[in-house]
Amino acid sequence: MEFFRCLGAGTRASFTKLGRASFFLISILAGISSVLVRPRLLLKQLHSVGVLSFLIITISGLFVGMVLGLQGYYILSRFGAEETLGVMVAASLVRELGPVVAALLFAGRAGSALTAEIGLMKATEQLSGMEMMAIDPIKRIISPRFLAGFLSMPLLAALFSAVGIIGGQIVGSGLLGVDDGAYWSQMRANLDFQDDIINGVIKSIVFGFVTSWIALFEGYDAIPTAEGVSRATTRTVVNSAFSILGLDFILTALMFGDN
Amino acid sequence: MPHTHTQDTLVGLFVAAGIASLFFLGLQVSNLSSFSHGNTYEITANFSNSGGLKVKSAVSAAGVKIGSVKAITFDSKTFESVVKMDIDAQYKTLPDDVTASVYTAGLLGEQYVSLDGGGSDEYLKNGSKIEITNSALVLEKALGQFLFKSAEEKKATPVDDKKGRK
Amino acid sequence: MDNLNPTQNSLVSVHNLTFSRGEKKIFDDISLEFERGKITAIMGPSGTGKTTLLKIIGGQLCPEKGYVTVNGRNVHHLKRDELYTLRKRMGMLFQSGALLTDMTVFDNVAYPVREHTHLPESMVRSLVLMKLEAVGLRGARDLMPNELSGGMARRVALARAIALDPMMIMYDEPFTGQDPISMGALVHLIKSLNTTLGLTSIIVSHDVQETAAIADYIYVLAGGKVVGQGTPQEIQQSSSEWVQQFMNGTADGPVHFHYPAKEYMDDLLHSEKSFKPLFTRQRPPSDRNTKRKRYS
Ligand SMILES: Nc1ncnc2c1ncn2[C@@H]1O[C@H](COP(=O)(O)OP(=O)(O)OP(=O)(O)O)[C@@H](O)[C@H]1O
Ligand SMILES: [Mg+2]
Repeated sequence: MEFFRCLGAGTRASFTKLGRASFFLISILAGISSVLVRPRLLLKQLHSVGVLSFLIITISGLFVGMVLGLQGYYILSRFGAEETLGVMVAASLVRELGPVVAALLFAGRAGSALTAEIGLMKATEQLSGMEMMAIDPIKRIISPRFLAGFLSMPLLAALFSAVGIIGGQIVGSGLLGVDDGAYWSQMRANLDFQDDIINGVIKSIVFGFVTSWIALFEGYDAIPTAEGVSRATTRTVVNSAFSILGLDFILTALMFGDN
Repeated sequence: MPHTHTQDTLVGLFVAAGIASLFFLGLQVSNLSSFSHGNTYEITANFSNSGGLKVKSAVSAAGVKIGSVKAITFDSKTFESVVKMDIDAQYKTLPDDVTASVYTAGLLGEQYVSLDGGGSDEYLKNGSKIEITNSALVLEKALGQFLFKSAEEKKATPVDDKKGRK
Repeated sequence: MDNLNPTQNSLVSVHNLTFSRGEKKIFDDISLEFERGKITAIMGPSGTGKTTLLKIIGGQLCPEKGYVTVNGRNVHHLKRDELYTLRKRMGMLFQSGALLTDMTVFDNVAYPVREHTHLPESMVRSLVLMKLEAVGLRGARDLMPNELSGGMARRVALARAIALDPMMIMYDEPFTGQDPISMGALVHLIKSLNTTLGLTSIIVSHDVQETAAIADYIYVLAGGKVVGQGTPQEIQQSSSEWVQQFMNGTADGPVHFHYPAKEYMDDLLHSEKSFKPLFTRQRPPSDRNTKRKRYS
């Protein structure tokens, strides 16, 4: 009996949370127009969300690409198909690893920081202080961060893929002797702009949207104590990771399912 | 304020790097640059079997990609597969008696249409139809024939043996 | 109900307010009046809900029963932008200061001015420096909030609260953490804001002497009720046990120093009986309930 009571309470709690999150999203989106007239707010957040994630994204992208080059070479050379290394590296980066790994890194690097920042602002009454000054914290604090996350994500994912492809080339043709021309031309012949590049970008836009939403909501909804904020930060990383991977499956099925 | 200046610069660099990567992906990595849509003409070929050919499969001549498959339909009268292809407009001097064959790139690779041979003075133009075609090699069929043949040969061997010794 | 004509001279009036936090009833049908141009103090033991009352007046929390009018308008029936327009004219000094931590002191004070007016930067500058001078922190304008002491932060917050020259200010414990000198200066500042600008002030404070010195009227809250009210003299001479205990600071009396709890001996004996080692963490049952809710 106790079990069912807990289950019911849990279900109810998750539904009310989802409801609050949706309302929150609506007010964020409504606040975006007021960010556009104050580009400085956006610029500042692009700096802390995008620029500060730049390094971790490029370095990770480089190494992921190099590993792909190495592993791909070992397998492809068994079938005498080293020439298609470029295709393998680029397709896996552009379609999957670029958007997904960049989004996971983004959730860990920028998402957790956003949650902690908003949660602490709430705990130190900065948000309600702004409300009492008749300044809407959603418009001034939340929406700029959301927009910055949403805009940075596709750029970061593209950066990740591009650096990864170069990393694969360094290993493939630099160290393992795959023909450089074949690496690029095979890639170009087999990757489609519409199917691969655009779909990858769409994925990263979706991930950026969801990750920023989760991070900001968890911060805004956090219990305003040190413990509450730390829990919220953990939830951001966990929930973002689940959402990214789940959505990736759904998007992949929708985008690449028919061929 | 110098502080905001550096911030502006960094954000600018970040956005530029991101957009440059997008361009890199578009131009260097995918087929966006090599194949300009719109500037193409369409030709058709009927195959008795187009195998694993797909929309967007490559069409090549002498190993160079010159176009792509646009549509594959089944003609219920002739029981043939009708393959429509877009050829890049810059290759406008293909003789109209070329042979279209469906080949496989590598042992397990993708199938593509190859245009070979021909020597006519007339060129393929928009709406032309290629008359001479070679169907796809279907692996199961080929294997089946191969097994059938080798089984026949085995049966025949004892008889042939004596002949061979003579 | 929305457009009551302001009862005589009240800027803020609280009518039959009831408010609870979970099971706990914080206010039980209380009514208060805050007169225009006067300093009204709210006093009461810690945890009676003084901060909560200010937040209800500011429209951040909604009453369960009863209503609050500010300048003749029911705060909780206003539309969002009307409420925001009203808040521009209500300053509030938070107990914790609530300064924005990513801006300097100067920018903090300038923030509401820049948001709500289109003054040229030179005028913003002189305005901000004036307000900072008033709280004695003009020299600290380039510090970040984390470089301030608690008392300094509260003074900066005060400067910010008066930056837009509001019609009323709610001070949540302005004197805590101030040394005698700045305390004296603050008392003076609040008094002079009141007399020169005609500001209506609501002060929440524990400092009996200071508050009695500047307040025109005092409400004493305890246990969700108004237990005493009147001018400082009337309060000091009040016959109410509650009020006397609070004004004199004696530990025994109707107001309990302790948060409601089981009998002390019972609590102690209970843990002894169950032979729990001292270092196992025992959560109170209420705490455990909230945990479960949060996880499942
Ligand atoms: N967010 C909250 N959730 C649940 N209960 C709360 C919350 N905030 C305050 N309370 C409860 O409301 C009561 C009143 O709190 P409030 O902060 O208004 O007290 P206060 O009179 O300002 O005390 P102090 O003088 O110590 O500042 C307290 O007993 C507290 O337990
Ligand atoms: Mg308080």
